[in-house]
Amino acid sequence: MNQKIIALLAGLLFGAGLAASGMNDSNVVQGFLDVSGDWNPSLMFVMAAALMVTIPGFQYFLRRKPIFAQGFQLPSLKSIDRQLVIGAIIFGAGWGLVGLCPGPAIAALGYLNWEGVVFVLAMLAGAKLRQVQTT
Amino acid sequence: MISALQSVPFESVLAGGLLIGFAALLLFAFNGRIAGVCGITFSLIKHHPTLPSMTWRWLFLGGLVAGTLLYHFLTNTPFPEPPNNSLPLLIGGGLLVGYGTSMGSGCTSGHGVCGIARFSTRSITATACFMAAGIVSLFVFKHLFGWSI
Repeated sequence: MNQKIIALLAGLLFGAGLAASGMNDSNVVQGFLDVSGDWNPSLMFVMAAALMVTIPGFQYFLRRKPIFAQGFQLPSLKSIDRQLVIGAIIFGAGWGLVGLCPGPAIAALGYLNWEGVVFVLAMLAGAKLRQVQTT
Repeated sequence: MISALQSVPFESVLAGGLLIGFAALLLFAFNGRIAGVCGITFSLIKHHPTLPSMTWRWLFLGGLVAGTLLYHFLTNTPFPEPPNNSLPLLIGGGLLVGYGTSMGSGCTSGHGVCGIARFSTRSITATACFMAAGIVSLFVFKHLFGWSI
């Protein structure tokens, strides 16, 4: 029960943060990625501000235990492989093309425009394709 | 030049980033989970999802949508314009984002906000790669091909 309340609260704060920061606005995101055009550097500060909280916070808790769970669920892979690099590049290509990454894409479903719905459905299809290929 | 349409007040940018950071820390410190939106979302469409661990994921994603809407209503900020892309480009972009984040085990939140905070070299590498690829992709599609995106 406690973990479910935390998950909902974290989602609410995360969604509010995405909306406040401009990450949900694909035009703002593309303005950030458009370094050779009308560059808008503001989104650099979104990640910087988030990391100002997460770096000290994660480092503090990593040496301890989570408050409501037995342990941390962390990725087991440690080495840098081709999948990681190629996957990140494919993701970046789509991100530049449309201006939405997965978090804002889900959050922006609430705006109820067909573009956002089409994008999320295609994103799920892309993920499913990868899942089918690797199982 | 920065157009008026694309500017978000700097206080909102900072506040938004801090909120995202606090949200990620909350999920990590209390539940021991990484707030990676693609990982959370895509595990819901896996072939055999087990019920108990699915609930918190739905709650997180529901919160994501509700939190965004609450922000707009409470601060009286208009919704942003939808993406400018044509239908084929929206589908193409979505496929690339879904496939790429699955293959690379994470996106902006999981690698960028949480992974870097764990000092994970995989996440630092992935973040550098998708940032660079995003910049190159926009340059190629918008400025070289002249597409309206």
